[in-house]
Amino acid sequence: MIDAILHYAFLQRALAAGLFIALACAVLGVFLLLRKDAMIGHGLSHVAFAGVAVGLAVGWMPLLSALVVSVAGALGIMKLKESAGLHGDTAIAIFSSVGLAVGIILASVSGRFNVALFGYLFGDVLAIEPLEVGLSIALAILVVGLVALNYQRLLFMTFDREAARVAGVPVRRLDALITVLAAVTVVLGMKIVGILMVAALLVIPAAAGLQAARSFRSAVLGACAVAESSVIAGLLAAYVLDWPASGTIVLAAFLLFGILFLLRRRG
Amino acid sequence: MAYPPADGAAGNRPALVRVEGVSFSFGFRRVLEDVSLSIDEGDFLALLGPNGSGKTTLVKVILNLLTPERGRVFLWGRQAAEFLEWERIGYVPQKATHFDPAFPASAREVVAMALRSTRAVARLSRRKQEEAIRRALELVGMDEHRDRPIGRLSGGQQQRVFIARAIVTDPGLLFLDEPTAGVDAETQERFYDLLGRLNTAQGITIVLVTHDIGIVNKHVSRVACLNQKLIYHGRHEDFCRSGVDEMLAGGQHLVSHRH
Repeated sequence: MIDAILHYAFLQRALAAGLFIALACAVLGVFLLLRKDAMIGHGLSHVAFAGVAVGLAVGWMPLLSALVVSVAGALGIMKLKESAGLHGDTAIAIFSSVGLAVGIILASVSGRFNVALFGYLFGDVLAIEPLEVGLSIALAILVVGLVALNYQRLLFMTFDREAARVAGVPVRRLDALITVLAAVTVVLGMKIVGILMVAALLVIPAAAGLQAARSFRSAVLGACAVAESSVIAGLLAAYVLDWPASGTIVLAAFLLFGILFLLRRRG
Repeated sequence: MAYPPADGAAGNRPALVRVEGVSFSFGFRRVLEDVSLSIDEGDFLALLGPNGSGKTTLVKVILNLLTPERGRVFLWGRQAAEFLEWERIGYVPQKATHFDPAFPASAREVVAMALRSTRAVARLSRRKQEEAIRRALELVGMDEHRDRPIGRLSGGQQQRVFIARAIVTDPGLLFLDEPTAGVDAETQERFYDLLGRLNTAQGITIVLVTHDIGIVNKHVSRVACLNQKLIYHGRHEDFCRSGVDEMLAGGQHLVSHRH
């Protein structure tokens, strides 16, 4: 198996992109779960679908068009959420269904509802191109870097928003940061596990990290460990068993989550 | 328009907080009406009033979490909206202990997040920051529990960690909103002794919000009674002679005009 990684460039690219992207998803995911914002990843992935369709229709790199559309969608969800009269996840539900609607119309009208789109829906990390690998790694580093830079303030406002505000933490600006970063990680994760499973990368490793954590630091480190192990184990298993990489990575993450969950229940 | 302090005992020390003619409503419901009071350095003020009397709202107006309809708030002589040195104020919100008990944060992390979120602290070395965190935890007697998850501590221990979080930036002024709700009597007693020590030994000015008149004890130096309007504001001893305390303790309705 190690031989395969050493020999095949496509496996190396998948592994490199996967490790960095999964790390960004895990770090951000811990904050999203504790903010009770787990569904935003799911909603934004459908917005990203519209972005991919735009890219395929007009001939841009779908990763970039999805990035632009998702970030715009994320800010839209935030604005709609803040306006009075909308409860809970209503804004997310509206944006995710409109995202799918736009995507399917664009794909149908432009006649591009084909294999390429299928790859974005279900993930096709083994087909990732060198340019996309570079871009993904750069963006993943950006996400982790911005979270690290604001770590204490994000933690404070997640734990006690009111006290954080009094301490001078710019909570609304940081809300926007988290939401935009969620959009970026969703687009990145889409390359690995596809639009339909991308929420899994944000939620499952973070949920696993939270199982046994006695501190916030250990929760983040645990989530990262689970994310990285899932990518490595998932890719190798997919190669050996000839299974789709995306589904195998998600199942590997779920398996690790299940083990940690049961361990906590017993311990 | 200049408002005199509510009583003449302020001396010449500068007021840390000056509230001038503040009114506030939630929709059509008037919560605060023309409230004026000042808090001086070294005070241990009990802000009393029945549930729904506007105590929490007044604190939130002072802390610039809510903007008053009328009136002004000054912190260290500067208007609250323009005040920047928030690390000089510690705050334990009413809902501080209503956090998700599964939240993965150790007691140390809870204190550290407040210290490291403030701008002024970025200049401190890592070692100085750790020292400040340890000192705050020691002051409240929680340093030995520093690595335990906050959700697994008792209610009284959690309160002490939140005090440590509020004092870790070495503030001159500390607001506590109903801090002993759901804590047993013996723990409350020790908690008030701790606040008394912070007030006298550390020189921290304390504002304690409560609906429970029973806590107005030996540590409290001043009392303010609120029920939409400010009913009483003055020294603790005078408060006991004023009869307002007996009225509160007797469970009677507070009169809604100023004495």
